[in-house]
Amino acid sequence: MQTFVYERPTTLAEAVALLDTHGSDARVLAGGTDLVIRLRDGSARPAIVIDVKRIPEMCPTIRERDGIVTIGATTVMTDLAANETVRRHFGALAEAAAVVGSVQIRNRATVAGNICNASPAADTAPPLLVYGAVVVAAGPGGTRRIPMDDFFVRSGVTTLAPSELVVAIEIPVPVGRTRAAHVRRTRRRGHDLASVTLCCSVDEKGLTRLAYGSVGPRPVLVTDESGVLADPAAPDEAKAAIFERMFAGASPSKRSMRAGPEYRLAMLRVLGSRAVRAAIERLAESRQVEA
Amino acid sequence: MEDGLSIQFTVNGRSHTLKVAVHHTLLDVLRDDLGLTGTKECCLVGECGACTVMVNGRIVDSCLMLAVEADGTEIRTVEGLASDRRLSPLQQAFLDRGAVQCGFCTPGQLMAAHALLSANSHPNLGDVQEGLAGNLCRCGCYLQIADAVLSVAEGEVR
Repeated sequence: MQTFVYERPTTLAEAVALLDTHGSDARVLAGGTDLVIRLRDGSARPAIVIDVKRIPEMCPTIRERDGIVTIGATTVMTDLAANETVRRHFGALAEAAAVVGSVQIRNRATVAGNICNASPAADTAPPLLVYGAVVVAAGPGGTRRIPMDDFFVRSGVTTLAPSELVVAIEIPVPVGRTRAAHVRRTRRRGHDLASVTLCCSVDEKGLTRLAYGSVGPRPVLVTDESGVLADPAAPDEAKAAIFERMFAGASPSKRSMRAGPEYRLAMLRVLGSRAVRAAIERLAESRQVEA
Repeated sequence: MEDGLSIQFTVNGRSHTLKVAVHHTLLDVLRDDLGLTGTKECCLVGECGACTVMVNGRIVDSCLMLAVEADGTEIRTVEGLASDRRLSPLQQAFLDRGAVQCGFCTPGQLMAAHALLSANSHPNLGDVQEGLAGNLCRCGCYLQIADAVLSVAEGEVR
C-alpha cells in the first residue's frame, strides 16, 4: 500500500477545511471496507486520508425527533440492523443492513460509506430511496440536504462536491401505515454482493414505492400511484404491465461477472413481485395486530 | 501525521504502545510488529475471514482496518483464546470434531465462532452458518466446523 498523510480530525470544521484544501487528493475513511481495498490495489491513491470516526457530529447514533430519524454517518450496519427505532419504522432498511457482507464487514461498514461509495449494488440504497431518505452534507458553505434520489450519479460518483462530506442520513417517519420489504439475489448464500437488490413499500392509500439496484449505473426509484400493485386482488396481467414500466430504467452491464443482463432482468421481475407481495402481507398483518 | 504514528492498544490483555506506519493494517502490525502470527493473511479484500480478530468485542477483518484506527482499542486474537496452557472449549471442540484440516482458516473460524457464542450461547445451525459466513474454508470442513461450534453451545465439550 502506498503511504499517505493520515488525519483524524475531532471537529467537523477541521474535516471540511481539510477536504476544502485537498479536494480530490483526499479520501474520507469511515469503515474502510471499500477504501482500504482500493488503497491496497492502487485504484485510489490519495495524498491524504481523513478518518472521520472521531467527529462528534458524525458519531454512530440513531435518534428520533419531530418525526425524523437521524442516522449518524459512521453508524455501522450491525447497529443499523439491530436498532429498535429503525426496525420499527424502516424494517426493510434493517433487513438490507443485515445482509451486507459478513458479520466482520457489518461491524465496520457504515451506512454513509455504503451510499458514498455509490456502488450500484449497495443494499441500503433501495430502502433509503423507498423511505425518502435525505443526505445531510457539510461543506465550506455550511450544511445542505440532498434527497436520496438526487444523490447517486453512477458507480462511484455522487452529487457531493469534493469539499463536502456526509454527516448524517435523515429519514422521515411515515405518516400513515406503510410496510416494506427488501429482497435480493446473490450467487451464493452468505457473503456475496447482490446481482439484484430491491426494496418495495406499500401504504394504506395504495401507493407503491419501489427501488432497485445492481441492474444499471445507479439505483433507480419508481412509484405506482394507480393502486394496482398494492391491491392484493389485482390480476397478475395488470401488475405485469406496471412492472414493465417500472423496470424500463434497468440497464444491466454486459461486463459484470456476477450475472448476465438477461438473468438480472428476469430476476428483477421475480424479486419485484416477491417484494410487493411481502409488503402487502406485512401491511395486512400490521392491521390485524392493531385490530 | 505522516509515516509513523504512535498508538496504544491492548492485545490479549497486554497493553502496547508502538509506532506504526499509517498505511499498515492492523493485520500487518499484529503479525509483523507483535509477532502474533496466528492471525492469517489471505485474500486481503474482506472475503475470506482468515484475518478475523476481535476489536472492542466485535469481530472485524484486520486486513481492512488500518493499525492507526486501532488506537485506544482492546483487541483479542486467536492467541488470546487459550488460558493457563489449556485450550478453550471451542478450540478443543475443533480438534475433537475434526474441524481442522490444513488449519489455515482455523484462527479466523475460531474468532468468528467465539464472537457468535459470546452473543448467542445457544445458536442453531442457521445462526452458526450466518455467524461464520465471512470465513471460508477451502478444505471444505464446513460441516465439522458447524458441528464443533454447536457441540460447545450444547455443552458437550468441557
